[in-house]
Amino acid sequence: MSEREVVLSGIAASPGIALGRVMVVTRHDIDIPLRHLDAGEIEAEKKRLVEAMGRARDQLMETRDKVATDMGESYARIFDAHVMILEDKGSLAQVMEKIDGGYNAEFAFNAVFSKHERVLWEKGDTYIKDRAGDIRDVRRRVLSNLLGTRPARGDLSRIEEEVIVIAHDLSPADTAQMRRGKIMGFATDIGGRTSHTAIMARSLEIPAVVGLNDATTRVADGDFVILDGNRGRLIVAPSEETKKKYAEEHERYRTFALGLLRYKDLPATTIDGHTVTLSANIELHDEVDSVLEHGAQGIGLYRTEFIYIGREGLPTEEEQFLIYKDVASRLAPDPVIIRTMDLGGDKFMSAFESPKEINPYLGWRGIRFCLARKDIFKTQLRAILRATPFGDVKVMYPMISDLDEVLQANEVLEEAKRELKREGHEFDDGCKVGIMMETPAAVMIARELAPHVSFFSIGSNDLIQYALAADRGNEKVAYLYQPLHPGVLRLIDKTIRVGKESGIWVGLCGEMSSDVVCAFVLVGLGIDELSTSPYVVPEIKEKVRSIYFSEAEKVARHVLTLRTASEVEQAVLEKMEKDLPELLL
Amino acid sequence: MSAAADVARTAATFESDVWLSKDDAEVDAKSIMGILTLAAGMGSEVVVKADGPDEEEAVRAVVALFNAKFNEEA
Repeated sequence: MSEREVVLSGIAASPGIALGRVMVVTRHDIDIPLRHLDAGEIEAEKKRLVEAMGRARDQLMETRDKVATDMGESYARIFDAHVMILEDKGSLAQVMEKIDGGYNAEFAFNAVFSKHERVLWEKGDTYIKDRAGDIRDVRRRVLSNLLGTRPARGDLSRIEEEVIVIAHDLSPADTAQMRRGKIMGFATDIGGRTSHTAIMARSLEIPAVVGLNDATTRVADGDFVILDGNRGRLIVAPSEETKKKYAEEHERYRTFALGLLRYKDLPATTIDGHTVTLSANIELHDEVDSVLEHGAQGIGLYRTEFIYIGREGLPTEEEQFLIYKDVASRLAPDPVIIRTMDLGGDKFMSAFESPKEINPYLGWRGIRFCLARKDIFKTQLRAILRATPFGDVKVMYPMISDLDEVLQANEVLEEAKRELKREGHEFDDGCKVGIMMETPAAVMIARELAPHVSFFSIGSNDLIQYALAADRGNEKVAYLYQPLHPGVLRLIDKTIRVGKESGIWVGLCGEMSSDVVCAFVLVGLGIDELSTSPYVVPEIKEKVRSIYFSEAEKVARHVLTLRTASEVEQAVLEKMEKDLPELLL
Repeated sequence: MSAAADVARTAATFESDVWLSKDDAEVDAKSIMGILTLAAGMGSEVVVKADGPDEEEAVRAVVALFNAKFNEEA
């Protein structure tokens, strides 16, 4: 549809790259007919419903058995739960009552089940909303059986050409039917990392991106797209250059095992001996396996928000301690940087009323929330401190914009230490503390912040958004969101220089670190650490190992003097094409 | 999800009526839909009630299940 390349960002649900033609699987909201029944029709209507539910049950059991054979019993249990929802006696009684009242089966069934969905949706953080999706799957299945239509996604298993499926939403049953090799990947408008669809996609090793909001309206059947399940992107109408870059990455991904073996235990050292630490970003603690498999040297960003969402009430210190201890000891001796919770923005925990903010990204989030709720913050810091004897654990504060925030946060940390000491807990008193550099103000006062911390980690996604005042989720201004904008590069350069002068290391944990062109510039600017999705680590490592630091440095110095993002990009690409063609492969 | 299914399955093995309540909402513990709509995440406080011939065993079994760790991700 679109002439120019458009990058849509969502949630990386399942790793891998796919390039190909789109098949849009629309699920028009099912039209629910409303009919008033005569008294004489009621029994027949009830029978019709019971029969439709019976067929729905048979279909679910069939899928269940197929999944049990193909993927194992634990995945099959998802469908047991669907069957239980279907057979819920209380709900059925409510539906029957409505039919008794003279409503047709479709209307009655839909009314009862969508009400349950709405209740969950309204209570909802992302996890609970994913459970509402389970009820929706069952509801749609019964309705299509009543209406005599095939379940909209019934034929995913029959797709014969290779396609990338773009759908508003896919149920786990849809996902289970996907044949590997035919469906190269899928992207959906809604859904989260903990949705059953995401979990199944990872198990089936089908690349997937979810939570794209409006992908189905941005593409049409036959459009060429690139699905990047490593970074959570869907690229519509990619340029030739982007296609070439991804085709190579795709190929590399196929021969991934080899690549991993080759680079896993090697450092990210340039030909002329400059070493960069390559670490990984995680948000669920079960991603540790993937960090280890991909040869990352530790965790550069452990997002702890998922410990707080998907539940009611707050996680206790003990619960958190056990999680942090597990992650720390499995990574040891490599470091784990635990970022204290950055709630607000797009994530909010259900324990708090999500305040309705006109502009949540400029609102009550990150350290601002933590300092307003020091009780919650201190509990997390205590849990982190208690994990320090089990590995190399560091703490990082998000969303810093003011010196006072760092001082206050450090004061809470000291208080936590004093308490733990009094209570006789063991911990590392010298636990290193760092801050996210994601507001332009923090960069401008980096020199004042540096004496109070041990490292800076540049959160490039937010830094770019704040520096350019452009929300990349807004298609009207997304073109302004340019990582290579000289304004952004100079902020990054300043952060790195202040770090060096102050004797602290500087890392970058946003998406810039997983882009080859950006990473080249970052290495040239002297970044000490790059933290990316675990799946991208081998690729970036290989690139770093194939360049000369002296060359990258020269290019980086030069681009700092340029005027626009396109001038920067052109300069870097020219240099790469001339001297390092293999980098662009 | 499988956690809610486990609770409903366990409750259903008893003859007694079993209810779960949270805040001011009360649901039938034998109904997965009821449990789901309670929208109780990890760490929430839930009251278990039962009435019938095996009420004590029923409450004990459901509480034990809650206390055991639910293995949510497949």
